[in-house]
Amino acid sequence: MLGYILRRLFIAVPVLFGVTVINFIIMKMAPGNPVDMLVSPKLPEAARQAKMAELGLDDSAVSQYISWMKNLLFHGDLGYSMITFQPVTDMIMDRLGPTILIMGTSLILGLFIAIPIGILSATKQYTKLDYFFVTGSFLGISIPNFFLSLVLVYVFAIQLNWLPSSGMKDIGTTGSVWTVLLHMVLPVIVLVANVAGRNIRYVRSSMLEILGQDYLRTARAKGLKESRVVNKHAMRNALIPIVTIIGLEIPILFGGAVVIEQIFSWPGIGQLTLSSIMSRDYSTIMGLNLVAAFVVIAANILTDIVYAIVDPRIRKSYLGASKR
Amino acid sequence: MMTSLLSVRSLTTAFDTEHGKVVSVDDVSFDVQHGETLAIVGESGSGKSVTALSVMHLLGPTGSIESGELLFDGQNITALDEKAMQKLRGNDMSMIFQEPMTALNPVLTIGNQLIEAILLHQSMTKKEACATAINMLEKVGLPRAAQIMKQYAFSLSGGMRQRVMIAMALVSKPKLLIADEPTTALDVTVQAQIMRLLKELCQQSNTSIMLITHDLGVVAEMADQVIVMYAGQIVEIADVYTLFEKSLHPYTEGLLASIPSMVFDGKQLESIPGSIPARYQELAGCRFANRCKYATERCRIEKPQLEEISAGHFTRCFEWQTLEKGGVAR
Repeated sequence: MLGYILRRLFIAVPVLFGVTVINFIIMKMAPGNPVDMLVSPKLPEAARQAKMAELGLDDSAVSQYISWMKNLLFHGDLGYSMITFQPVTDMIMDRLGPTILIMGTSLILGLFIAIPIGILSATKQYTKLDYFFVTGSFLGISIPNFFLSLVLVYVFAIQLNWLPSSGMKDIGTTGSVWTVLLHMVLPVIVLVANVAGRNIRYVRSSMLEILGQDYLRTARAKGLKESRVVNKHAMRNALIPIVTIIGLEIPILFGGAVVIEQIFSWPGIGQLTLSSIMSRDYSTIMGLNLVAAFVVIAANILTDIVYAIVDPRIRKSYLGASKR
Repeated sequence: MMTSLLSVRSLTTAFDTEHGKVVSVDDVSFDVQHGETLAIVGESGSGKSVTALSVMHLLGPTGSIESGELLFDGQNITALDEKAMQKLRGNDMSMIFQEPMTALNPVLTIGNQLIEAILLHQSMTKKEACATAINMLEKVGLPRAAQIMKQYAFSLSGGMRQRVMIAMALVSKPKLLIADEPTTALDVTVQAQIMRLLKELCQQSNTSIMLITHDLGVVAEMADQVIVMYAGQIVEIADVYTLFEKSLHPYTEGLLASIPSMVFDGKQLESIPGSIPARYQELAGCRFANRCKYATERCRIEKPQLEEISAGHFTRCFEWQTLEKGGVAR
């Protein structure tokens, strides 16, 4: 197993390299550059050139990429933002916490809702309860995030004035745990509606497939209680496909909350991504992309590991592969 | 007379389907005596498995017992609630299934599944249960039992899995074992071993067997009593010797004729033409009439009843006398 993980990590290196190359090419092909965004259009051409040279933007694209790569490899340094002149690593680190906080909470809460409801829905297939849950999950999937966000802001922030509508803490304060929690409520509700909605359907269909299996009849023939048949014998098997889905959702949540973070002014990665793209902040974009690629690969490896934990057949195939 | 272990009286079982209610076991009655092996024979779709599942109350959400009575060990279990049935299942009556490949949970160890069955019905510590499980695995002839406890179903062969199933079914020394085509999915060489093992273990614990099969070779080997089912009904009941010597139903006769003989007699192997008719519940006459070479006009318009020809020998056929005279060349 350990050998398998090491091998996967080893393969990840060229993948990450490829991602940075492609990302760099696409970024360079996009019109505009950081200097255009930074300085007044009235600035004389000579001054503009000087600024370009200062940022190293007058070099060829290839040498720019090489110097970025050198910096990363030999100093573990992602460079400085071309707009704010802060170290990119610091900027990303500052944003990582809030994103993980809001995304992790949403994913965990969403799954806590989706797994039991999905199971219940499957075991009570075609009953009113099942229809109720399926309809609810459809609603969760179909309502666009931005729309639900605006409705929630209108009702709870503007009309009722119960909850703050933006930011992570009150302006001018350091932010107690309680105020952060209050600020989290609305964005988390929006994300949970989505996560739960999607996963109820996955859990339900995965469970339905398992419920027809022979080994559940065996379990019943032993005299097991139905709850144990479902929660032990069926669950363990239904979890296997669900693990994949969760693995795929981690990267989506990591980068995909751009809209939510924008609407609720949540100081996370999504917001940083958007603003750095708008200002053509090359070094920040490169840094963010590298982190995103890393998260995707890490989530994939994690999925495979969890896979092996829940499914002994896969565990065996890993063991067999690492012996070769 | 000793009361029988299982007494099935006029059992009728139906399933809810898209086409409405479908009766798949129709007015079936039989008895399983203590320590006896009863074989239920018939082709796919004849209702033998559903009969077994009715006894276990494992028909699933769409199936239900419409009428009739099930008496098990002196207790009427027809309308027993789920909780009471759970106490019986795996304890007093166990079941092994046709497909050993899929009948074991793929993600739980063999030990886990066995110990679970033991702890459910016997008050033991986990350690004792583990020892019992290993002992039971050895009894069903599995080598390296302690190691198999930690293995998963996928790493065992079909025959080994079926042995595990047998171990699981017999670990509580049930009074009745329902074996639903236990060897159909196995290699021919393994089949005989498994059947012998079943018979041996059940004799030791005086367990009655209700053996569902379409293999008459297995029947001859194992059974005391035989029930032949066709299209949801019993068409013949006899002890195993009578059935093989002098069967009095054309369907049974057809089944017997389609066993390949050890001696090559130059004749082509016989088979029963056709298959069980769809919607046989709606037929006016005998359900077998369309495939029967003795069928007369009467067979198509009137339903034959199960008739006792001699003590313990029943047949559902108007033309049984023709058969008795040996009107057919086998």
